[in-house]
Amino acid sequence: MKNYDIVIIGGGPAGLAAAVSAKQSGIDSILILERDKELGGILNQCIHNGFGLHTFKEELTGPEYAERFIVQVKELGIEYRLHTMVLDIRSDKTVSAMNSEDGLFEIQAKAVILAMGCRERARGALNIPGYRPAGIYSAGTAQRLVNMEGYMPGREVVILGSGDIGLIMARRMTLEGAKVKVVAELMPYSGGLKRNIVQCLDDYGIPLKLSHTVVDIKGKERVEGVTLAQVDEKSKPIPGTEEFYSCDTLLLSVGLIPENEISRGMGVEMNPVTSGPKVNESLETNLEGVFACGNVLHVHDLVDFVSEEAAAAGRNAAAYVKETVNTSEEREIGLVATEGVRYTVPSIIRVAHMEDNLKVRFRVGSVYQNCFVSVYFDDERVLHRKRQVLAPGEMEEVKLSKEQFLQYPKLQKITFKIEEE
Amino acid sequence: METRNLTCINCPMGCALTIEMEGNEVISVSGNTCLRGDAYGRKEVTNPTRIVTSTVRVTGGAADMVSVKTGQDIPKGKIFECVKALRDVEVQAPIHIGDVIVSDVAGTGVDVVATKNVESR
Repeated sequence: MKNYDIVIIGGGPAGLAAAVSAKQSGIDSILILERDKELGGILNQCIHNGFGLHTFKEELTGPEYAERFIVQVKELGIEYRLHTMVLDIRSDKTVSAMNSEDGLFEIQAKAVILAMGCRERARGALNIPGYRPAGIYSAGTAQRLVNMEGYMPGREVVILGSGDIGLIMARRMTLEGAKVKVVAELMPYSGGLKRNIVQCLDDYGIPLKLSHTVVDIKGKERVEGVTLAQVDEKSKPIPGTEEFYSCDTLLLSVGLIPENEISRGMGVEMNPVTSGPKVNESLETNLEGVFACGNVLHVHDLVDFVSEEAAAAGRNAAAYVKETVNTSEEREIGLVATEGVRYTVPSIIRVAHMEDNLKVRFRVGSVYQNCFVSVYFDDERVLHRKRQVLAPGEMEEVKLSKEQFLQYPKLQKITFKIEEE
Repeated sequence: METRNLTCINCPMGCALTIEMEGNEVISVSGNTCLRGDAYGRKEVTNPTRIVTSTVRVTGGAADMVSVKTGQDIPKGKIFECVKALRDVEVQAPIHIGDVIVSDVAGTGVDVVATKNVESR
């Protein structure tokens, strides 16, 4: 059995950034395992631009953004294996994987970084009535077909869900000659970034129908059309509001789910809100030496923040392997998300293990206007930041400094909430 | 005086801009939280432009398609013409990031360049 200091599961943006930062933190024995034929993950099919504004201060396309990290991985001589599927990981950090060259093999790691990303929610999770004709795709599948394989999935398109991939595909299919008739969103607000609504829908006159859903799919062999209806505040269709749209394709962009089968199998404790692991300030799971970053931890909107988070996971994993972490003080402070804040990452902070600054990332549960993001150290409000608008589709962050914590030696819990004043 | 409402797209903040115009003259931009918002608002109502991204076919490569983009933003009204000009283009591998795929696309003076490396098969 081969031994590595750090094994990284997944060679997408999170895995690449984690590998580069672990190497730069002084670890030489690193292996990235990737199931696809190339590194870069989902960025390879995201040919649109807008990536890297935070990281590189310029607008790159997905493949260009990935290439920046792939070049670093190669220059730093970091080992990676493609076409390699990880089957399971035991809690002692033995990784079982297979590929067609080596067959089934095992690797012993000192630290593991989980960077498997996420998957799209599929039709089966939506309870849409109707037959199961051809022509129903997840937005990401259509994206792969159009951008990588060179096939058009259809000519007349309805999109359910206003997640970013659905919005991007509305524009992409329009440019390739398809007619995108409408984007329907169940919620009263869009789940996508504002700039995508402007650049992908408004630019092309594609209507966005909020509080609408698909109530019927017509067609037995191939989609012939869908019926949309308005929904009430409980997301139930309102009778009499049905509207039929003829189309040959229905794209679903109805959410992403972190891909954590391997994590669960090894006994990683999950956060039911994010469907990702519960982690501490080092992005370490309940299993010592097992770290998580990127969309497997919680779904991000911007890859820049995935890279930043993954770099932290890489540094922390390196520190764990080198045993440079000061473990004299093991006090754990819990982070509580309440009153509008759905979750925080991390959910536990051990002050002794903190870097000088820690970014706590979170999402809100609905749209808020002219409100405050508040952070309480026990009962004392230590942050009260005015915000014009907060939306579930845009991840938020708050920076906490180690210095701040030293002033509160008895601190037990940190509460994140949204306040009206 | 005419008022136009736009959403700034420079960053995920998505500021709601209000632009006051007198004919083709921009009188004021408000609602922005940074200078980029002001510049975007002025440009968007007078000369809107976009970076266009697409794909073209590759022969003899490790992949069948290569992603491309306009090297700079082009007028919004030229988007469809640009994509149409790329429809029947086929390039021979190897292709590297930055290689010019179509020069002066749709008479914009802007080149379409590759955004991905595709090595020979």
